[in-house]
Amino acid sequence: MPASARRSPRGYTGIPRWVYVPAAVGLLFVVVPFVGILARVDWAHFVPLITSESSLAALRLSLETALASTAACLLIGVPMALVLARGPVRGRRWLRGLVLLPLVLPPVVGGLALLYTFGRVGFVGRWLEVAGLQIAFTTMAVVMAQAFVSLPFLVVSLEGGLRTAGGRYEAVAATLGAAPSHVFRRVTLPLVLPGLVSGLVLSFARSLGEFGATLTFAGSLQGVTRTLPLEVYLQREVDPDAAVALALVLVVLAGAVVGIVYGRRAAGTAER
Amino acid sequence: MKRSLSAAAVVVLAGLLTGCGGGPRAGNGVGPSSTSGGASLTVFAAASLRATFTELGHEFEAAHPGTKVTFSFGGSSDLVAQLQNGAPADVFASADEANMTKATTAGLTTGAPQIFATNVLEIAVPKGNPAGIHSFQDLAKSGTRLVVCAQQVPCGAAAQKAAQVAGVALKPVSEEQSVTDVLGKVISGDADAGLVYVTDAKGAGGKVDGVNFSESSAAVNRYPIAALKGVKDSALAQEFVDFVRGSQGRKVLGDAGFGAP
Repeated sequence: MPASARRSPRGYTGIPRWVYVPAAVGLLFVVVPFVGILARVDWAHFVPLITSESSLAALRLSLETALASTAACLLIGVPMALVLARGPVRGRRWLRGLVLLPLVLPPVVGGLALLYTFGRVGFVGRWLEVAGLQIAFTTMAVVMAQAFVSLPFLVVSLEGGLRTAGGRYEAVAATLGAAPSHVFRRVTLPLVLPGLVSGLVLSFARSLGEFGATLTFAGSLQGVTRTLPLEVYLQREVDPDAAVALALVLVVLAGAVVGIVYGRRAAGTAER
Repeated sequence: MKRSLSAAAVVVLAGLLTGCGGGPRAGNGVGPSSTSGGASLTVFAAASLRATFTELGHEFEAAHPGTKVTFSFGGSSDLVAQLQNGAPADVFASADEANMTKATTAGLTTGAPQIFATNVLEIAVPKGNPAGIHSFQDLAKSGTRLVVCAQQVPCGAAAQKAAQVAGVALKPVSEEQSVTDVLGKVISGDADAGLVYVTDAKGAGGKVDGVNFSESSAAVNRYPIAALKGVKDSALAQEFVDFVRGSQGRKVLGDAGFGAP
C-alpha cells in the first residue's frame, strides 16, 4: 500500500490547503479518545482482568452471537439486497427506507420494538409462548437484537455492489442458457463478492458492539445474554479497571474487523 | 449559497479548534455555569429521586424567588464519576452510601454527608399478579421468571442480602443494570416478578402491583446528601440540603414511599 501510494502521481489534487486543518482536527477527534483509553488501562492486571470467568463468558457469548447473527443476515440479507437492487418492485425507495430504518433508529428503540413484538405479551410473542417457545431472556433474543440492527449494513453494502455491477454479464449468461440460480451462483455472486464480504464484516462488527437493543430485549445474565458491551457497562459500576480492559478488547476486535475490510478494499483498488 | 455554507462550516470548525485547545486543562475546575441574573443551583441526584426532587426543586424555587434549580438525574455511580471528572454541581444526592463515600474520599463535598431518606425493596409483579407471587419464597418457585438487579449495582446487592436472610436461592432469568430496567420488564409482562424499591413500584403509577415482604428490612438503602466544594454560592447549596431534610422535603419524600432517616 505505501509503495503504490508513492508511485501515484502527486499532481493537482483540487483540495484547498486550509481543508487539511479541519481534516486533521477531525482525525485527532477520532484517534485521541483511543489514546485516552489506552492510557487508562491497568497493564499489570490486564490479562487477569480479561480472563476472569465473567469476562471470558461475555467474550465467548459475544463472538458466538455475532457469528450467528451475521449468518442470519447472510441468509435473509442477500435475497433482500437482490430484490431491492434488481427485483421488479414498486416503491423501491420506500422499501429501501424501511430496510434502513434500524440503521438510523436508536438501538434502545429497536429493542423496545422487538420486546413489544416478540416479548411474552407481544403480538407475535404471545402465540410463540402458547407454542412453548420463549424468546425474551434467551440467547436467541440476543441474536435477534443483533441481526435487527446489523441487517441494514449487509443489505446496503451488497445492494450498492449489485447496482454498480449492473446486469450485463447476467444477461449474457442467460442468453447462453443458464438458469437464474446458476447465473446467481456463477456470475452475480463472484462479481459482488467484495461488497458482500465488507457487508458481512460490517454486520459482524455492528453485532459485536450491539448494546441498547440487547439490554432492552434480551436482558443481562452471565453466559446467556450478557455480551461484552453489557459486561463493560456493568463492570464500570464496581471495577472500572475491568471495564477499561474489556473495552480495549472490543476496540481491538473492532479495529481488526475494520482493518480486514478496508485492507482488502485498499489492496483491491491498488490492483486495479 | 454553497459559499456561505462552507463559510459557516469554517466558523464552526474554528470554534471546535479553539475548544479542543483548551480541553484537557479545563477538566478539574468548575466549568463556566454562571447565568446572567438570579442565582442558579445545579443538583446531581440519583435516578430514583427524579419525581420527588423535581417537585422539591419547584418548591425551592418558589421559596427563593429568582433562583433556578437544575437537575441531573442518573445512576449514582455515573454521577460520582462525572463529579470526579470535573462536572460542575452544587449538591449531590446519592442512592447509596458507597457512592457518597467515593465523593467524600475524592474531597468533593463540604462537611459530612447526611442521610435524608431510606428505601426498601419490594416485589413488583405485572398488573393482576398472573404468576401468583405472594411472598419472597414464591420467587424461587420453578417456572417463575424473576428479574433482579445485578449484584454490582446497589439494588442487586440489596436483593442478594434479602435472599440470604430469607434463605432463598434466587434463580433470575436476567440480572439488569438498573432498577428501571427491572421495572420495565415487569411492566411489559415479560417478567413474572422483579425486585425493585418500594418507591419505584409506587412511582410506576399503577402499571405494576407491589408485594411487600418482611425480609426487606434486612437491606435498607440509605440516601445521603451533601453540598459540594468549589461552588459559587455555598450558602444556597447548604440551604437546598436543609430544605430536602426539612419538613417540606420529608413530606414529599414520604408521600413517594421513602422512609424517614
